[in-house]
Amino acid sequence: MTLEWLAPVPAILPLFGAGLALAMWRSKRAQLIISVVVLALVLAAALTLLLTVGDAPYVLDIGGWSAPVGINVVADRLAALMLTVSSAVTLCVLLYSMAQGLADGGEDTPVAIYHPTYLVLAAGVNMAFLAGDLFNLFVAFEVLLAASYVLITLGGTSARIRSGTIYIVVALVSSVIFLAAIALVYAATGTVNMAHVALRLPEIDPGVAQVLQLLLLLAFGIKAAMFPLHAWLPDSYPTAPAPVTAVFAGLLTKVGVYAIIRTQTLLFPGGTVDTLLLWLALATMIVGILGAVAQDDIKRLLSFTLVSHIGYMIFGIALSSQAGLTGSIFYVAHHITVQTTLFLVVGLVERRGGTTSLDRLGGLAKLAPGLAILFFIPAMNLSGIPPMSGFLGKVGLLQAGVADGTPLAWALVAGGVVTSLLTLYAIVKAWNKAFWQIPPAPLEGAPLPRGMVGPTTALVIFGLGLTVVAGPLYTYTEQAAANLRDRETYIVGVLPDGKRGTGESDEVVAEGGSS
Amino acid sequence: MIEMAPSLVLVVTIAVLVAVGVYLILERSLTRIIIGVVLLGNGVNLLLLLSGGRAGGPPIIDLTPAEEMSDPLPEALILTAIVITLGMTAFLLALAYRSWHLNGHDEVQDDIEDRRIAYLAARDELAFEDTDTDVVVPDIESEAHEVRDETDTLTILVGEEGLVNVPVEAVRPSGDAPDDGAPDDGASQTDREEPR
Repeated sequence: MTLEWLAPVPAILPLFGAGLALAMWRSKRAQLIISVVVLALVLAAALTLLLTVGDAPYVLDIGGWSAPVGINVVADRLAALMLTVSSAVTLCVLLYSMAQGLADGGEDTPVAIYHPTYLVLAAGVNMAFLAGDLFNLFVAFEVLLAASYVLITLGGTSARIRSGTIYIVVALVSSVIFLAAIALVYAATGTVNMAHVALRLPEIDPGVAQVLQLLLLLAFGIKAAMFPLHAWLPDSYPTAPAPVTAVFAGLLTKVGVYAIIRTQTLLFPGGTVDTLLLWLALATMIVGILGAVAQDDIKRLLSFTLVSHIGYMIFGIALSSQAGLTGSIFYVAHHITVQTTLFLVVGLVERRGGTTSLDRLGGLAKLAPGLAILFFIPAMNLSGIPPMSGFLGKVGLLQAGVADGTPLAWALVAGGVVTSLLTLYAIVKAWNKAFWQIPPAPLEGAPLPRGMVGPTTALVIFGLGLTVVAGPLYTYTEQAAANLRDRETYIVGVLPDGKRGTGESDEVVAEGGSS
Repeated sequence: MIEMAPSLVLVVTIAVLVAVGVYLILERSLTRIIIGVVLLGNGVNLLLLLSGGRAGGPPIIDLTPAEEMSDPLPEALILTAIVITLGMTAFLLALAYRSWHLNGHDEVQDDIEDRRIAYLAARDELAFEDTDTDVVVPDIESEAHEVRDETDTLTILVGEEGLVNVPVEAVRPSGDAPDDGAPDDGASQTDREEPR
């Protein structure tokens, strides 16, 4: 329990790094060193948290102010796992983007702002995983969104401005909804600390509680690209630079999923909207994958599979069973890795082939056999070919669905299998056309820089590593799910006596609860 | 404790701000959307203010008795939210200017690629072409005559010369030449067309 001080490090360190990198804007090399060192330290901190956290979460009351009054940072098993996977992914993507930036002669990435913004994005993502109160979660969302607005319109080309505008307006709307939800939560319960809200929600009118739940779900559903709130995603992601798309696809939607998991399990454990969520999960899977099948551009195809696979995670959450939640968490960890990897590989394909249109690509298997392997492994992983982690995650979710046994759960099991099959179809189509067909016109691509291939290979291996350690990882996610379902450990960790956290402001306790 | 019932004036103001904000966000022009976002943000900020109850005295110990203090927390939250809205508005304005700079307008456009695919779907065409399967495949019987998997020659025993490789054509009865004429292109292509 002496490691509590480590909990806020993954959120704070990148912010300091961002400031430092901005100050060093003249020197590319200094910026690179700062970013890499900071993200490596964050990864180390996240790993430490992952390996040491027990049933009781690490709770740090910032500034020594006790919990409902002060802001607190909470790192439980779920948060630690998310932090580790996201830090590993951000580090790899940073290295990749550096190699791309250097190879392009810095044309595509205005280096002076790229590094600070990227670090702010990492800080926002990590802060969202660690937030112990709703408003802090809101601020974390805003931090990562503000950074993402800059990254998605990087360079300010016509196409990026067009698609970026849609992304920004949609994100702003979801932020406003989230803020309104927070205002209503505060009006109803008199607190925004999540553990405190969890204690007080059972005391308020169930109808009001359900409205709050639906509002929060709406706000996070937009972020997570859940059907019918997904239409912005396939439009806005593909035009951004490859590394930016990769990190967005891997992390940003998963932050939304994380927020859904956190609020559904901690604040609203009754499962009152499970039926709605199951229907939405089914629709997300099917609509997403049908969209993917129709695409010609490989980046858009992957964006649609991303939407579709969000459905699996929602499916697990909506079952509100131990097995479902376990499968969901495992799937999030797997999907962050594999989706990011695929977008990085597509970045390589774009570089080697000069285009991402499946009509114009072809013959890459002959031109770049290594690239073909790099694509094939995560692609098969995504579509759930045994024995890879995608298969294991899907099996876990399907087992949870079968164990649930209701007709709707069976429908979702069937939908999950069909989605998996259609994913395979879409991916194999991309594979055939990009790598095996005779290209209609010779490809005008550049050779691949080693600096881009290296991080991609590292991520492919990391994805395979998830398969190798799937046993321990599954046990870990099982424990994480158990902790989430047993809300006591979280609430007691934050508010040991049910009223106040550890720290100062004891004199306020005498006054009783606030407002 | 201060009065918790919300002030009707504020509630009506929130309703008007949010309604106007939502209306403006649904516009095409980014400039109007920006105004909408600002109004919507202000409406929600007022909602936050409302969540703390009615205004009391300044929340400073020794200046106001604890029972008459305003709730300081929503005010702190609003302050943060205002700063965030300010930053986002500035960014959106820059974006609108850039859009005007590049395109001469600040219209928020629909998904172009999606429209293209919808157009193709409406014409019942594929979103992509299979160039290398466009080779016309003859029907199976004539193909069976032509295709040789291992060799294009046959090994036969010829008198005292032993085993000799000869072209296939040399041993085929002349009357039995395979009809490698072009099969009906139109028919075979419609057969292969995938149903959409």
